[in-house]
Amino acid sequence: MTTLLATERIKLFTTRSPWWSTLLALGMTIGFAALVALNHSGGPLTVRHSQFGAQFGLMIVTVMAALAITTEYRFATIRATFQAVPHRTAVLLAKTAVVAVLAAVIGEVAAFGSWITARVIDGGPEMNLVTGGDWRAVAGLGLVYAVGAVIAVAVGTLIRQSAGAISVLLIWPLLVENLVQLIPRVGEDIHNWMPFTAVSRFTDSTVPGPIGPWASLAYFAGVAAVLLVAALAVAEKRDA
Amino acid sequence: MIEATGLTKHYGRTVAVDNLSFTVAEGRVTGFLGPNGAGKSTTMRMVLGLDRPTSGDVRIDGQHYHDLHQPLRTVGALLDAKWVHPNRSARDHLRWLAAASKIPRARVDEVLDLVGLTGVAGKRAGGFSLGMSQRLGIAAALLGDPRVLLFDEPVNGLDPEGILWIRKFMHRLADEGRTVFVSSHLLSEMALTAQDLVVIGRGKLIYQGTVEDFVEHATESTVLVRSPQLDRLRDLLRAEGSEITEITEDGDALRIGGVASAAIGELAAANNIVLHELNPQVGSLEQAFIQLTGDTVEYRTEEHRSEEHGAGEHRAGEPAGNGEVTSG
Ligand SMILES: Nc1ncnc2c1ncn2[C@@H]1O[C@H](COP(=O)(O)OP(=O)(O)OP(=O)(O)O)[C@@H](O)[C@H]1O
Ligand SMILES: [Mg+2]
Repeated sequence: MTTLLATERIKLFTTRSPWWSTLLALGMTIGFAALVALNHSGGPLTVRHSQFGAQFGLMIVTVMAALAITTEYRFATIRATFQAVPHRTAVLLAKTAVVAVLAAVIGEVAAFGSWITARVIDGGPEMNLVTGGDWRAVAGLGLVYAVGAVIAVAVGTLIRQSAGAISVLLIWPLLVENLVQLIPRVGEDIHNWMPFTAVSRFTDSTVPGPIGPWASLAYFAGVAAVLLVAALAVAEKRDA
Repeated sequence: MIEATGLTKHYGRTVAVDNLSFTVAEGRVTGFLGPNGAGKSTTMRMVLGLDRPTSGDVRIDGQHYHDLHQPLRTVGALLDAKWVHPNRSARDHLRWLAAASKIPRARVDEVLDLVGLTGVAGKRAGGFSLGMSQRLGIAAALLGDPRVLLFDEPVNGLDPEGILWIRKFMHRLADEGRTVFVSSHLLSEMALTAQDLVVIGRGKLIYQGTVEDFVEHATESTVLVRSPQLDRLRDLLRAEGSEITEITEDGDALRIGGVASAAIGELAAANNIVLHELNPQVGSLEQAFIQLTGDTVEYRTEEHRSEEHGAGEHRAGEPAGNGEVTSG
């Protein structure tokens, strides 16, 4: 497995997309933190405010993670990969792990970078990390990004196509999860159990929901696990 | 050695490969011949475990590809030179392949040198010419120093120099005792590159054997004879030859099929017939190949079988014909 992890690490970092995705994600999150801190008015600046760009960062990370697998299909390097290591599940797990670790690192750097930036600009006592909620909002972001990356790799593996996978990964959290609220009677319940909505309760304790923050993260991870298992099963079965 | 038994692949309604059985021996270059869409690439993908056979089985030295430990050390393949990330450098491409099979880093530079890409190793593969891409693909195939090599149409789109280079390369690999399986849709190319042939049409096996035998069977050989005593010669040939398949007038000459030129010359000499011309003519390889693998695959396959049965008697009758050629 260490061999596979090393292989996937080389593959990931010898293309450009993870580099510019990282820069873009960090620029977006930290940039938004600075903007929010500079333009804030009415009440003290809080830890939550510093994480305003977290959603954008998550989107960039999921796109990066999806591209890590869809470009392999696009350029058929997935065939070279399976030729070198015919155990597809092992290969794809290694790739998922490497991408998830990168996502986690991006998440941590983005969150702490945003927090520090906002603090430097406008640091009051509300900017201290005191409660569990404060810590989850900042240190928890890496976990969310990592699980989000797993979902993206799974979706990318299932769809195999960059445009398709990216569309799904952007439209789902932005539109679908919100539009389900329009369904009469059950809409609100369904909305609450949508994965990206659920995980927002982990980093933002102000969002109400049926389960607690850690349970929400676990639920998000459960969805990722189900998608990943499906993706692995499909990849094992179909022609490369 | 590669062994396929009853290999079959359906894509929806398309039958790409149809109950295909063949073996590829080591120490020889085996050509895999078939027209476009015959199923060559599909077969090769199944050898590498990339596509799952609908039924049947293919093994490499007795093992399924999936069960090979670090398969790049056993099987090297170049199915498509484009299977490279365009933004990755040639060296990085080989580096990750090497890492996947725990092949030492030094080997990467070794194979780059072997194919003459050392100078551009740091350049992005997306900017490579077709010839350079092909060389990179060959470098990748050789990375694990494998004893079995697969190449899918490696000379496609190459200039004559590149074609010659690849041809020599194949010979060298086979001389080193490796199994070399190389596909093409050009019989003329395979006649120069390969010693053995596996010929398919529409996914079905048409022929397996040596190149010489195939060429001999596939091409219609005739002899052109010019003589002032043509009428007598024709009568004699008719009286003599049970083997004669064809006698046609060709201007002031006769075109005779099924008899070696030597036999005609001897017959003429024995009967004091003057010959002005005695000219063996070999039909076009490509023409014959198209006939064999074309629309009438089913029918031709049958015909070919019956020809094969007859081949033994034929050769006994004309020992001088190809003894030295087939011994190689
Ligand atoms: N992935 C696929 N999905 C559907 N049909 C396919 C697929 N791959 C191949 N085919 C079909 O299977 C048949 C055999 O194709 P294949 O590419 O193996 O032929 P080939 O002998 O390599 O031809 P060529 O000389 O053109 O490379 C063709 O009819 C092709 O259209
Ligand atoms: Mg092909």
